[in-house]
Amino acid sequence: MNCSFYRSLRNNISSAWMLSCLLFVMTIPLLIGIGLFLKSSLLLENNSILTLLFSKTWKPLNQNFGFYPFIISSIWVTLTAIVIAAPICLLTAIYLTQYSKKYFLKIMHPVIDILAGIPSVVYGVCGVLIIVPFISEIATIFGKHSSGYTILSGGIVLSIMITPFILNILIEIFKNIPDELQEASLSLGATKWETIKFVLIKKASPGIISSIGLGISRAFGETMAVLMVVGNVAKIPNNVLDPGYPLPALIANNYGEMLSIPMYDSALMFSALILFVVVLFFNIISRLIITKLEIY
Amino acid sequence: MMTKKTEEKIFKVLMILSTSIIICCLLLIMGTVLIKGLPTLSIEMLTEVPQGGYYFGKGGGILNAIVGSLYLSLGATFLAFLIALPVSLYMNVYLINKNKLLNLIRYLLDLLWGVPSIVYGAFGFIIMVYFGLRTSLLAGIITVALFIIPIMIRAMDEVFKTVPRGLIEAAFSLGSTKSETAFKVFFKQVVPSVVTAVLLSFGRAIGDAASILFTAGYTDSIPTSLLEPTATLPLAVFFQLSSPIPEVQNRAYASALVLILIILIISVLARIIANKNNIKTVVNKRFIYYKNIRNNYNLSYKKRAKTKNKLKY
Repeated sequence: MNCSFYRSLRNNISSAWMLSCLLFVMTIPLLIGIGLFLKSSLLLENNSILTLLFSKTWKPLNQNFGFYPFIISSIWVTLTAIVIAAPICLLTAIYLTQYSKKYFLKIMHPVIDILAGIPSVVYGVCGVLIIVPFISEIATIFGKHSSGYTILSGGIVLSIMITPFILNILIEIFKNIPDELQEASLSLGATKWETIKFVLIKKASPGIISSIGLGISRAFGETMAVLMVVGNVAKIPNNVLDPGYPLPALIANNYGEMLSIPMYDSALMFSALILFVVVLFFNIISRLIITKLEIY
Repeated sequence: MMTKKTEEKIFKVLMILSTSIIICCLLLIMGTVLIKGLPTLSIEMLTEVPQGGYYFGKGGGILNAIVGSLYLSLGATFLAFLIALPVSLYMNVYLINKNKLLNLIRYLLDLLWGVPSIVYGAFGFIIMVYFGLRTSLLAGIITVALFIIPIMIRAMDEVFKTVPRGLIEAAFSLGSTKSETAFKVFFKQVVPSVVTAVLLSFGRAIGDAASILFTAGYTDSIPTSLLEPTATLPLAVFFQLSSPIPEVQNRAYASALVLILIILIISVLARIIANKNNIKTVVNKRFIYYKNIRNNYNLSYKKRAKTKNKLKY
């Protein structure tokens, strides 16, 4: 009797502990949202959201907070990265799952894992060493003078960083497409390439779209590597060979000064809030598409 | 007919090209860090803290950053483990029949996983200011722990999913309570895989810079208490690289090499443990039997036939 009392007591205590941990984890996204919103409310009280998002002047000392240049830079960098990474990932995923031998896929898995595990600072170092001089050379060929610290270099570094991420999802999706579909197509006389083009890609298209969405959200929030190669000039970029200043870089660069002015602090928290909302939006949409797909 | 074949050939070349681009990227990154970092890497770099004038090219090393990084990620991994283990056990023992709820929780965790680390950094900063902390090891640990909790839970969750359901039912039918089932039966089955999951999260914790930029601070000495600021390897790389002096920049490359080596060692360790675990599960035949039965529900007819063939061997 006594023994069973202790057993049930222990059961109740550890159950309560587990449940409270679960509830705590579930509230983290809410806490992040509320915390960032409360901190940025000071800024939002004094300015309307539209002026904040679309004003072009960024002079924190004069209380002018226009996020437009940073948002545009972020979009440019992210788009460049996706335009480079998406076709490469798609082609590689098709090759690895349809054409290559099984052992090659086994070799590629560690390659992808190591690429995913390299810290962003190291990507930044390599970007500074390889890509920045390379872009500078290219710019001179096109008759432009450039230091190499441009949106394009940020985009290239980012595209390498998000490649393992997108590739993993794509391989998983292509692997899970039932063989029967392909066999039916092949038996109707289609060649292997036609089967891939008209059956496989069509079947996988929601998955492809959502993997790109997840890649966008990953690229949008990436900080250190981009910060090191993108140039950090608060102007609206006209083309990919201009320097940019994405939102995460803005937060990371000014953390030292932000405590001195409350409004500045609030503005940086607001940009973190923008990041959070945008990334969450892309994540929610892409993951909804994946779960609807039901092969994942 | 000719055009069909040429189209396929062109695309095949493109595919091989893009695959080799990815492999080349990895080789290029590793090669660059190795070539640039190796000449500067010395015993002095690894065993000394920075001396006066270190940032002008004088003597010293990055021991403060190495030890600081290890403290920070060990602390964060421990804290995250304390929360991640009960959550993933609760999901797989208590909620095992509530599929919709489980999917919702997994969905939320995946969303959390996607939140960029700089947002965690800003959030950690808010918490830090709210509780009146300064930039310190403790604040850094809390921030990084928040960052790796979703990663760790999902990794453990995938591990626990493979435990046969019959095991839980057998434990219940013998009269054990739910928490006893969770810790004494369920957890024991997969200890090596849990270790792998923890190691992978540790690798993520040690490599991340954006989340600790606000919270951990930076010093030239090794922290002696939780309330002191601490240096970390990623930030050491970042700060040294932004110096205009070439000698200090070279040290940044060496620090990057040290960071990559630590991460590679961790991931190789995780892989070895995972492989050993697989061997163990093959030896333990009953385990495999249950595992396949549980997984078979989701497989197509053809794949089911394949696994049956495998079971015979």
